[in-house]
Amino acid sequence: MAIEARHVSKRFGEFAALDDVSVTVDDGALMALLGPSGSGKSTLLRIIAGLESPDEGEVVIGGEEVTDTPARSRGVGFVFQHYAPFKHMTVHNNVAFGLSVRKRPKGEIEQRVKELLGLVRLDGLAERYPSQLSGGQLQRMALARALAVQPKVLLLDEPFGALDAQVRGELREWLRRLHDEIHVTTIFVTHDQEEAMEVAEQIVVMNAGKIEQTGTPRELYESPSNEFVMSFIGPVNRIGNAFVRPHDVQILAEDDGSTIEALVKRVVHLGFEVRVELTLPDGRDIWAQVTRSAAEELELADGQILAVRLPQPRVFAPAA
Amino acid sequence: MSSSASGSLALSPAPAARMAPRGGAPGSERAVRARKYGVRTIALGYLALLLLAPVAMIFYRTFEHGLSPVWHSITEANAQHAFWLSLEIVAISVPLNTVFGIGMALLLERGRFRGRWLLGLLIDLPFAISPVVIGLALVLAYGKTGWLGDWLTENGIQVIFSVPGMVLATAIVSLPFVARETIPVLRELGTDAEQAASTLGASGWQTFWRITLPGIRWGVVYGVVLTTARALGEFGAVSIVSGRIEGQTQTLPLFVQARFENFDATGAYTAAVVLALLAFATLIAMNLLTRRTRADTAV
Amino acid sequence: MLGKGLLGIYLSVLVLLPVAALLAKSGSGGTAQFWREVSNPEAVAAIKLTLIVSAIVVAINAVFGTLIAWVLVRDEFPGKKIVNALIDLPFALPTIVAGVVLLALYGKGSPVGIDVAFTRTAIGLALLFVTLPFVVRSVQPVLHELDVSMEEAAESLGASPLTVLRRIVLPSLAPAIISGVALSFARAVGEFGSLVLITGNLPFKTEVGSVYVFGQIQNENLPAAAAVSVVLLVAALIVLAALTLLSRWRSKHVL
Repeated sequence: MAIEARHVSKRFGEFAALDDVSVTVDDGALMALLGPSGSGKSTLLRIIAGLESPDEGEVVIGGEEVTDTPARSRGVGFVFQHYAPFKHMTVHNNVAFGLSVRKRPKGEIEQRVKELLGLVRLDGLAERYPSQLSGGQLQRMALARALAVQPKVLLLDEPFGALDAQVRGELREWLRRLHDEIHVTTIFVTHDQEEAMEVAEQIVVMNAGKIEQTGTPRELYESPSNEFVMSFIGPVNRIGNAFVRPHDVQILAEDDGSTIEALVKRVVHLGFEVRVELTLPDGRDIWAQVTRSAAEELELADGQILAVRLPQPRVFAPAA
Repeated sequence: MSSSASGSLALSPAPAARMAPRGGAPGSERAVRARKYGVRTIALGYLALLLLAPVAMIFYRTFEHGLSPVWHSITEANAQHAFWLSLEIVAISVPLNTVFGIGMALLLERGRFRGRWLLGLLIDLPFAISPVVIGLALVLAYGKTGWLGDWLTENGIQVIFSVPGMVLATAIVSLPFVARETIPVLRELGTDAEQAASTLGASGWQTFWRITLPGIRWGVVYGVVLTTARALGEFGAVSIVSGRIEGQTQTLPLFVQARFENFDATGAYTAAVVLALLAFATLIAMNLLTRRTRADTAV
Repeated sequence: MLGKGLLGIYLSVLVLLPVAALLAKSGSGGTAQFWREVSNPEAVAAIKLTLIVSAIVVAINAVFGTLIAWVLVRDEFPGKKIVNALIDLPFALPTIVAGVVLLALYGKGSPVGIDVAFTRTAIGLALLFVTLPFVVRSVQPVLHELDVSMEEAAESLGASPLTVLRRIVLPSLAPAIISGVALSFARAVGEFGSLVLITGNLPFKTEVGSVYVFGQIQNENLPAAAAVSVVLLVAALIVLAALTLLSRWRSKHVL
């Protein structure tokens, strides 16, 4: 089912959480709402889910306008950042909840729960209680629970935010694979640009209640439409009004006439990549990203003077 | 009574151990220990004199002439009536206050409207009013010459000097507990699970029964225990509202007073002991539940 | 929602209506009569006695309650769990039983020879009994959560145990102590059941406000009863409000 939010606005008191925001999500797509805290991304998600109502604008799911429909009738699956488990119920009953509320026959419920627990790899834990599960397991249970009632769309609010780094990585990959298998239209909210880039097919970058840009990860990275998007997605050097990506800063073995001098302030070895902090002749500091092998070849060391070539910097028109 | 009263009493290491590296000289360690024992003795001594000794005394006095006078007092008609009347009143007022308390807690925690503070104040008001004043207020509102007196008489309803009035008085004095105990638990529970249930298709009622109520149950139970204790022990308000007619509108606490004033010491003490035993049962329930209230809200 | 309506009715029947009737009655004869009832010498004596004894009692509670809370949180001894449970006894015990119980030990026929029945000391004793839990239960959780490293830091800077107590611990506990005192005071001012037997209710000597009101009701002098009730109620509310604000102000500056 495709999802559309049309000209949605929402205020909380004096604070404008969303200002005339419109988003279209294609049927079966996997989209990320990306932005810093306070950008309105969670609010937009909750409005789509029906957990909040917009002050202005409409929400359309599968061609039907649902702006005035309550959450429980929208057919959305929602996954919370802190899992929202039903602590007094077993894993089995958590997952079965949506079905039991719809008074489905017992046999059908058992079948479906078994299927889902297998899908999220929690079989064998059906009789455990949420307090006995790890964060990653809880989030998978939350997903199984949301999927049990075959929602038209799946909405995830910072689903991996509360997990530690390794589990986060595993679950990201797992979400992608799950989406490939199930093809439910999915929107997830995150403030982690790496996560958005890794998982989503389309990203909506939001800031201060407005949409800055929508596109594929590659489009956003290579053709950012403004300062904010460029700084938010991917590492960036800011030189006055111009922006340069660190990996676009070329360090050459020797001057070939098109280079400038730079002083190596510090070389930081981060495993696979090397970060070279440089001072330009005019006193400004930038940093360059080079591979380990390149660093070895150039024999980089603190205090060296290097030949550096800067690419054409990106300059954006000042915001209106 | 706060439900966060000590359930688990973790302690910090005794000061003596901490201070040992400092002074070094044995004298200071002894002084610290002496201070600790001194404080402990004062505190425990105060409690013994104020709390334990008097209660122990009552048990002694009741049984000092043997079991048969006690048995006689327990089985005597008026005593029996007083006992069952007390239970009857509790059986009506406690469930009413429980439903009300949960409803109020939901309204105060989940509702959105102005003047919430006023509602909270009204619920807490019974704590600040003397039971005698509550009794008076009831007479003024529902007595024969009270505000609703005429309307009640016309409809053949007698409130004052009969059981309904006593139920009313008991309900008022025990009003705040369930609400007060449920509110923090409700707050800690948060709305996430309720919202999740909503997205899964549950109606408001289904969400309440299957998600909210199980989540707050220990807070509610603790509140019910407090309410019951307060209701059982109510004296002043019921005294005024009941007319204290022996064998008819005399609850067990009123019975204690009546017997005492009629120099039937054994009768009074026996009833007092029954009430004290119920109080101890309440204490046990309270302490068991405090630990539960803490434990169950953890993930 | 239907629920809200029912809740409203329940609250009105139980609290709003009776309190309104009380206020109305107290003012029914106009300010002049109100003043007359309230300045009646017996009434004045009762009110004064109530307020003074309550103030003394809560002061004692502030000290001993904190002490007991300290011992229960920081100390360790056999039977501590039982002692902790017993703190709630005055709350669980019917007030009339509390009176009987105190009378048995400290009244006529006392095995230890103390007889304070029918004296002002008896009032104090009964009030100490019924208000015992308030300060203790208010202070305990705060003491429990108190970060010991604050005290350790003070020690390492050279403070004596007394100084640590005075300048670190007590200020942190102040909001809780004040809050417990407020509840104690409100309770003490209204206390009735435990006083009825042990004090003898002698006018001008051991008759407290609540007993005076009761007497007036027995004499069918409802306006007098209502007037004095309002005075007691207002006194309790004022102290409650003042101390609640004080407690909140303290906790802002301390935590």
